[in-house]
Amino acid sequence: MSDTQTSSAVQPRPGDPEITPALIKEHGITPAEYERVVEMLGRAPTFTEVGIVSALWSEHCSYKHSRPLLRTLPTEAPWVLQGPGENAGVIAVKDGIAVAFKVESHNHPSAVEPYQGAATGVGGILRDVFTMGARPIALLNSLRFGPLTSPRVRYLFSGVVKGIGDYGNCVGVPTVGGEVVFDPSYEGNPLVNAMCVGVLREEELMLAVAQGVGNPIIAVGARTGRDGIHGASFASEDLSAESESKRPRVQVGDPFTEKLLLEASLELIRSGHIVAIQDMGAAGLTSSSAEMAARGDVGVTIDTLKVPVREEGMTPYEILLSESQERMLVVAHRGREREVEAILARWDLEAVVIGEVIAEPVYRVTEGDRVVAEFPGTRLVTDCPTYVIDSVESPVLAAARARNPHDVPPLPEEINPMWTLERLLASPTIASKAWVWRQYDSMVRTSTLVGPGSDAAVMRLRGTDAGIALSIDGNGRYVALDPLVGGRIAVCEAARNVACAGARPRAITNNLNFGNPTRPEVYFQLKNAVAGMGDACRVMETPVTGGNVSLYNENPQGAIHPTPTVGMVGVLDTLEHVTPSAFQRAGDTIVLLGDNTDELGASEYLLHLHGLAIGAPPACDPVKERALVDALLHAISHGHVRSAHDCSDGGLAVALTECAMMRRDAQFGFEVDLTAWADLPLRALLFGEAQARVVVSTDQPDAVLASAAQFGVPAHIIGRVTAADAGVEFLVGDVSARLALTSLAHAFHNTIPDIMNAGAAHGDTASSSSIS
Amino acid sequence: MKVGIIRFPGSNCDEDAYHAVVDHLGAEAVFCWHKDHDLQGADLVILPGGFSYGDYLRPGAIARFSPIMQEVVAHAKRGAPVLAICNGFQIACEAGLLPGALLRNDHLKFVCDQVHLRVESIGTRFTSRYHVDQVITIPVAHGDGRYTADGDVLERLEGDGHVVFRYVDAAGHVTDAANPNGSLRNIAGICNSAGNVLGMMPHPERAVDTQLGSADGLPLLHSIADSLMSEALV
Amino acid sequence: MTRFRVAVEIVPRRGLLDPQGKAVSDALHTLGFSTVSDVRVGRHLVLDTDAADADAARAEVQRMCEQLLANPVTEDFHIGSAERA
Repeated sequence: MSDTQTSSAVQPRPGDPEITPALIKEHGITPAEYERVVEMLGRAPTFTEVGIVSALWSEHCSYKHSRPLLRTLPTEAPWVLQGPGENAGVIAVKDGIAVAFKVESHNHPSAVEPYQGAATGVGGILRDVFTMGARPIALLNSLRFGPLTSPRVRYLFSGVVKGIGDYGNCVGVPTVGGEVVFDPSYEGNPLVNAMCVGVLREEELMLAVAQGVGNPIIAVGARTGRDGIHGASFASEDLSAESESKRPRVQVGDPFTEKLLLEASLELIRSGHIVAIQDMGAAGLTSSSAEMAARGDVGVTIDTLKVPVREEGMTPYEILLSESQERMLVVAHRGREREVEAILARWDLEAVVIGEVIAEPVYRVTEGDRVVAEFPGTRLVTDCPTYVIDSVESPVLAAARARNPHDVPPLPEEINPMWTLERLLASPTIASKAWVWRQYDSMVRTSTLVGPGSDAAVMRLRGTDAGIALSIDGNGRYVALDPLVGGRIAVCEAARNVACAGARPRAITNNLNFGNPTRPEVYFQLKNAVAGMGDACRVMETPVTGGNVSLYNENPQGAIHPTPTVGMVGVLDTLEHVTPSAFQRAGDTIVLLGDNTDELGASEYLLHLHGLAIGAPPACDPVKERALVDALLHAISHGHVRSAHDCSDGGLAVALTECAMMRRDAQFGFEVDLTAWADLPLRALLFGEAQARVVVSTDQPDAVLASAAQFGVPAHIIGRVTAADAGVEFLVGDVSARLALTSLAHAFHNTIPDIMNAGAAHGDTASSSSIS
Repeated sequence: MKVGIIRFPGSNCDEDAYHAVVDHLGAEAVFCWHKDHDLQGADLVILPGGFSYGDYLRPGAIARFSPIMQEVVAHAKRGAPVLAICNGFQIACEAGLLPGALLRNDHLKFVCDQVHLRVESIGTRFTSRYHVDQVITIPVAHGDGRYTADGDVLERLEGDGHVVFRYVDAAGHVTDAANPNGSLRNIAGICNSAGNVLGMMPHPERAVDTQLGSADGLPLLHSIADSLMSEALV
Repeated sequence: MTRFRVAVEIVPRRGLLDPQGKAVSDALHTLGFSTVSDVRVGRHLVLDTDAADADAARAEVQRMCEQLLANPVTEDFHIGSAERA
């Protein structure tokens, strides 16, 4: 490679299409962006160069509509070892042990082919973590679908779950938690966000920064096929009937090769033979090589003829943009090529030198001797424009927020609040997701102390007595109705969840799932949601260490609810006080931390019983949320808390009932007296979703109250845990309601299995109905 | 006791087996690479769980041809103990070390759960530390765990006391609801006619620590250690 | 109406990665079957279906493939001849 001429002239390749305005448009490049490219190159781009720019300047790779907003987020804390800009963020835990973590979306691919879309999403996020030198120890995911009444939605749901399960199970990384939400706004655009957490020793941290003139660039892992060409720009388009016909773009995952690649990559990183490593993910070879070069501020040259291909006759354009899975790009130390090959060969994988780090400041691609693309310096990465759009709130959503939930007349049956409670527990969003997580191996690696179904998963870390708690959360309906408040809640709820497990919230990774950002109403949502998240992160001291942006989640029927999801990592300094969500012992006292309010807006109650997404979401004051977390952790660390569960979808009544019967093999009853709030409307008290509330069970209520008082958190003894056969009982002034646990438990545990078994009997398939 | 844990491409419970043996049993363990012919003097061989060769074609079908399997078969023929867990059980069946086969779960989905097993036989070298009809809690995590065999094979297994574990409910009753995969006669684990190869779909190596929900797998490892020690004394 | 037996072969679409086929191909090479250059692993279905004639039977199976039996995103299918069952 070293004999490459420095004065090489870029030549159009025979057979390449002519560069026309139509071709530029088809590549998602605006006329202004095209002008910028011409100015940068000092000439018209070749077809290959158009492909490269289209990929790297897509929203997915460039964050061009979100970067100015993301810059406002806090990213630093003493424990942050690596913030945004790398393959994953890294925080220190204890004793030299650190964790790397990141969330990423695979929304568009999953809409087209749910099984492979979700599977390859898991594969990608695993690679992002193990390229940092971290061994993946946990996967979580946040999923959104339309209502399960639709056969197409059931097909997507079961395909996504199977894809996640088959991939993670095979690689041997436990899937330990997550959330699944069903809402009409996601009917045409399901969301699949996967989060991975890996563990490493601090000194093993590896960065994807190309360095060292003369160092070889090596393609590692699977061969390159025509899979998913233009997947990155595909992810930056609205879904339409036309994109259904673009199906051949879908990539196929091979978790077996991933497992080999995982072991080989960790061995490579520990070997000291390599300088940098990066996943060939979105936009494949192009983005991995250009980004590594830009981070190191070096030049690179790559010869596409040397890239091992799976199909014959592939063009440089196709090789550069292929999104074939399970591939890595490695920069090795010069002279260590044989050693690298030997490590890969041990795992039955290929390693082929395809390029070199060069002194000349250029990003160059050749096809043998022919130069097919060349960009000056790192401008391919750094010159991508960013956009700030005028933002305007959607008047429809502003009007929906202004509506008073109390104007919605209750259904006649609601005279009995237990009827309402049972209905809510049967809402697929609230009901048990055991049908989902039983398909995931949540225990492999024997480190899962608390698995799926609790507020947060808890993992022990070998090599230290500390642990981590993990959660992923978001509520798109809140964000739709008030982006600023919704953004705050996403962070605060995730913090509450890890605190309920006994962990101090430490850092987040976020996935911003929004509609088309060039529409002012969508940009308004993005801008305000990011601002809200920033507010909460600053107060909670949980910096953002990285994440993903998925825009253009809309179809001709409209955009999804704006849905930022927050993956939170919390740290437990010891494993002495890992706290479950479920009640543990009859006779324990139930304490409510936080206060009940008259806030019924944007609730699951309004959606599930009345089909309405209206009203203001509950207020969220990050300072109060922080105090709640501090008080709860104080009580937990002193051994005063037997269980802790936060109030979220469905409010206090649902939270209490979940504590009683979320575990099928250890159920309880409870009796609570809420007379202190008898002046609140009953349905707001029971089903409103006021924030900053946690249900605690304890045998030392005075100590819990003292912890709350110390941090200025309201706290009330509201009742006690009873035996399961006593059922559940609510007393509010002169209203008393009770019900046997069995019917509530049936609603909670059987809803999703019943729907899915009935759907399977009807043969839900890909062609059940088409998108849009 | 020295334990050799076979590492196939795609094994993913190898490290869990290692930690169970070293951290919880207190014995020595080594990894044996599938391309080698060396069991490194192991007294007990563990075929661990995972997805060897991605479970492509049939679970275990490709792994049985790995070079190391010749040594594992020879080890078993000498009467030395082999513990085949989950994917290891599938490999052992494909390799002819155990009778029968493991098919796709009857509900066609992967299943991960804590299940109850009844110890059917304490006369084996794997189960001497349990008591008859003891109900233990051990996790399962598999997509292809439905044990099947011809009628005469089943009769022989039953008659010889070689059905070692059965899926039961918490009270120890054999029920359909307690069967996580549709295995014939709720069979969860069997041993060969010589009694030195145990295959089981549940994961005893995941049940060695009450922090993880159960330590009921530990007596199994201790039973093997006991049997090796008594052999050494003879 | 006559009963016809129709065989359907479903294989991963050309151009898509077939991880299973690749693993089987590699294993065959390891076992010494070096002549094998490519393996694709699919499914073979045999359906007995009532129809007026063989063409109608095949046309019906075609619809079954499009709606249920094959995943149009990842799989191709081939319908064999319809024989009297």
